Amino acid sequence: MYCSRRSGSVWSASVSGEKRRSWIQFSALLIQNANFRGFFSGKIYQGKLKQVCVPGINCYSCPGAVGACPIGSLQTFLASRPVKLPYYVLGFLILFGTILGRAVCGFLCPFGFIQELIHRIPLPKKKIGAFPGDKALRKLKYGVLLVLVIFLPLVMDYTPAFCKYLCPAGTLEGGVPLVLLQGGKLNFPIGSLFYTKLAILILLIVLSLFLFRPFCKYLCPLGAIYSLFNRVSLYRMRPEAEKCTHCGACAAVCPMQVDPSVSPNHVECIRCGKCTAACPAGALHLGFSAKNKKEQFPPV
Amino acid sequence: MKEENGLGKKNSVLTLLLLLAGAGLLFAGLLTGQERDVLLKAVRVCLECIGVG
Repeated sequence: MYCSRRSGSVWSASVSGEKRRSWIQFSALLIQNANFRGFFSGKIYQGKLKQVCVPGINCYSCPGAVGACPIGSLQTFLASRPVKLPYYVLGFLILFGTILGRAVCGFLCPFGFIQELIHRIPLPKKKIGAFPGDKALRKLKYGVLLVLVIFLPLVMDYTPAFCKYLCPAGTLEGGVPLVLLQGGKLNFPIGSLFYTKLAILILLIVLSLFLFRPFCKYLCPLGAIYSLFNRVSLYRMRPEAEKCTHCGACAAVCPMQVDPSVSPNHVECIRCGKCTAACPAGALHLGFSAKNKKEQFPPV
Repeated sequence: MKEENGLGKKNSVLTLLLLLAGAGLLFAGLLTGQERDVLLKAVRVCLECIGVG
């Protein structure tokens, strides 16, 4: 049913919605990396704006970065001695989460956008949606948050474990450009840690060709934090129960494998809006609203 | 289907509390000068982040 509906106005709405989201993602990437000179000089921005946390994963060692990565900043406090409670960073995270939830992932995260761009590269073989073990792997990001972002920095002095051992955004946005631009001027030798992180980055790039946002789905600790806010965030999905025909069109197009007709504000929903455009009955709406209309879907 | 999909009364209160908590924590962070700690970390190349530290 939904295949035949993906023509005419529904398809146009989907395309224009996707275009609009891509432009917002591109603008967010540019704004968060507006120190363009850094990409030529190999020097990072050192102005006062860097005391402000950005909403998504964007390494503050990227030559273009003009803000601070919230996950890096969080670890800075937890890994300092004596340990400091990170009120400031938690304040940013709670505000971003409560206002936008995982819309941050869908609209504002530069590393999420990069993965999406890679995923758009056409392949001769079909892209992979859900697979056995997918659901269990999604829980891995909560483990990454608890172990690499919180536990290890608390027990290992001055070690931001997530940044050091895993973060592919740091390698792509900070490590690779700085090594290329500064080369021998770096005071530290490039060793096995750099090559291990580079291998993780390459693996994720290859996976992104087949899977939609593999880092966001399985590993991102920031996505894990924002997912906890999805059910209470101001920017949210508002379904109209009486309009839903349970045709399955929304679930079929969801790149995060969520069924919005069952759980419109699911923890995995990044608010990309593909389902709202695909719904032939116009039963799904994304936006800011505190209204509690008749929003429960009737039983199938 | 029992799941509450809308921003119900309970969730509205929780959202409001979270907004207040977020703003309060941010303010507490500013009062204790934590923005300077973030700035000091962010303006130096993070060797761990780039994989050489």
